Amino acid sequence: MDSTRRKFLKIAGLSAVAGIGAPAGLNMLMNKNVQAAGGHGDAAPAAHGGGHGEAPTGKRYGMVIDTVKFHERPGLAEKAIKACHSYHNVPDFGNNKDEIKWLWNERFANAFPDKSHYKKDDDLNSNQFLVLCNHCDNPPCVRACPTKATFKNKDGIVMMDFHRCIGCRFCMAACPYGARSFNWRDPRGEKDGRPFIKETNKLFPTRMRGVVEKCNFCSWRLAQGKEPLCVEACGGTGAMVFGDLNDPHSEVSQVLRTRFTIQRKPTLGTKPSVFYII
Amino acid sequence: MLEKALKGNGTYWAWMFLLLGIMGVGGICYIVQYNYGLGATGMSRDVTWGIYISQFTFLVGVAAGGLMLVLPYYLHHYKDFGRITILGEFMAIAAVIMCLLFIMADLGQPLRALNVVFHPTPNSMLFYDMIVLNGYLFLNVICGWAVLHAEYKGVKYSNWVKPLIYLSIPWAISIHTVTAYLYCGLPGRHFWLTAVLAPRFLASAFAAGPALLLIIALVMKQTTKFDVGRVAQNKLVTIIGYAAIVNFFLLGCEVFVGYYSNIPGHMHTLDYLYFGLADHHTGEVFNNLVPFMRASVVMGLAGIALLFYSRKVQSDAQLAVACVLIFTSFWIDKGLGLVLGGFVPTPLEHITEYYPTAVELGITAGIWATGGFILTILYKVAISVKLENEKTA
Repeated sequence: MDSTRRKFLKIAGLSAVAGIGAPAGLNMLMNKNVQAAGGHGDAAPAAHGGGHGEAPTGKRYGMVIDTVKFHERPGLAEKAIKACHSYHNVPDFGNNKDEIKWLWNERFANAFPDKSHYKKDDDLNSNQFLVLCNHCDNPPCVRACPTKATFKNKDGIVMMDFHRCIGCRFCMAACPYGARSFNWRDPRGEKDGRPFIKETNKLFPTRMRGVVEKCNFCSWRLAQGKEPLCVEACGGTGAMVFGDLNDPHSEVSQVLRTRFTIQRKPTLGTKPSVFYII
Repeated sequence: MLEKALKGNGTYWAWMFLLLGIMGVGGICYIVQYNYGLGATGMSRDVTWGIYISQFTFLVGVAAGGLMLVLPYYLHHYKDFGRITILGEFMAIAAVIMCLLFIMADLGQPLRALNVVFHPTPNSMLFYDMIVLNGYLFLNVICGWAVLHAEYKGVKYSNWVKPLIYLSIPWAISIHTVTAYLYCGLPGRHFWLTAVLAPRFLASAFAAGPALLLIIALVMKQTTKFDVGRVAQNKLVTIIGYAAIVNFFLLGCEVFVGYYSNIPGHMHTLDYLYFGLADHHTGEVFNNLVPFMRASVVMGLAGIALLFYSRKVQSDAQLAVACVLIFTSFWIDKGLGLVLGGFVPTPLEHITEYYPTAVELGITAGIWATGGFILTILYKVAISVKLENEKTA
């Protein structure tokens, strides 16, 4: 008698915990995921079994990088990188270990490891390809962040709150594009009289040590009606085209409609907002 | 009850002061790291988690391993574990505290740690890890202490403790499952992206945790009057042995999937860990973990064989060696290879190797010493109560 009662209570208790806990947790997870899908907030009905794919409403900023134009113009990529890094007070520690970078060059095999094959043409092997945060529509970093220090704006831009970040670096493990950097040491410091930030730009905050940072698509400039610094640095070359992917009349949409482009690691389902013409 | 920890012989005090000394060194190293930033460690832009997070991962397993003592006793009324169940619960307390310390040591902005509570984020696995780890700590503190205190008073523990003990059983599974989910849900990290990660974590935990406990029990058998008993010892051998075998089976599954599918992403880290991985462009071979990982396999398999043999010949010395081999094997496997290996190669297929710095090792030793310190106090109290009770009985 007693032992059956105990058995019953055991089972009842366990099922109650599972029953109450699991669906609630799952619900939260689902809702959050949809929220994380963000600019894609339109995807909400889809997640609940409704529509098909993305609805073309709401802004979703994106970029096309025409690598051919970059390769025709040596030095242009470096100019874009410099424009970004110097404005955003990205420190230079002079070593790989502490390195911080928002926009940088990679070889094809590193930028597109899943598109690598034996018999590549010479250009692919020798040229460099600009990489940056992909501002994914479904960003794994936002999913991983335990404090919402990294989050997705309504316009699709994945942002960082330097003041909330606890420096756990979970987002860095989660990012499949290596787009994130950590302040391993004080970026405002110096070594042998040489400051890590050559000239501090007072228009953009410097960071403290112990937080993660990355490209923000110059969201603060977009608010002023300007283009991102790297796009501006490319001038009228069309090497970088920026705009609203959901606006069919934007330049970036027109390029995407007429040219063959690729994304980095599309099979991971992150839906990158940066496209490449190779 | 805690006053029992204040009475001890010379060896006891020497041991405690040794641990305090190491904790002090760890504290000084932490001040260095706190003032400089995490750059004082060997971690880099490419290998963003190092020995802190890998120790954390391993110790969650040690904590969960306590389950293998609690479950047989409370759920199956296996009376022979009566003397050691409390040791499992107390080991879990020390291990979880070490886990929390390792996480704090790893944070870039430790003073902001409570942001995880202020801005709860249910889509982050770290949020759940915070809940399950702290929950498990409280469950074990409450259950362990309540049961032992009742024994101290010579009465049976109150009925309200029972549901908490039952809750602690699935909870133990949850801590290691959620810890595995930290890793196996990340796209672009092929080595971690495997559904057997959580089962493998549990298997290695159920071997490593009881192995550590058995080592301590054998040491206590020599240094105190406390003997866990032959029957319990033999039962633990079965548990450790089979859990260790399951772990190696699952490791074998990983190796098969990687190499038979021949998918580069699935092979890269295994190559790096067991054979060395060459850089695409330069051809340079990176292999700083290879000797450790190979030693891990050899020690683990030898440990399993010796474990069962030691039971056959009833040798405590061989049993202790077997347990040390298995514990060390799994410490290397999870406390080094799993976390560090996951970062090689990087998502951009660069290879950066990680070497911990002296400061980092100092902090790590300090945290282990803290765990040892807490564990010694708890065990001192527990066995004093047990021995006293047996004397009066």
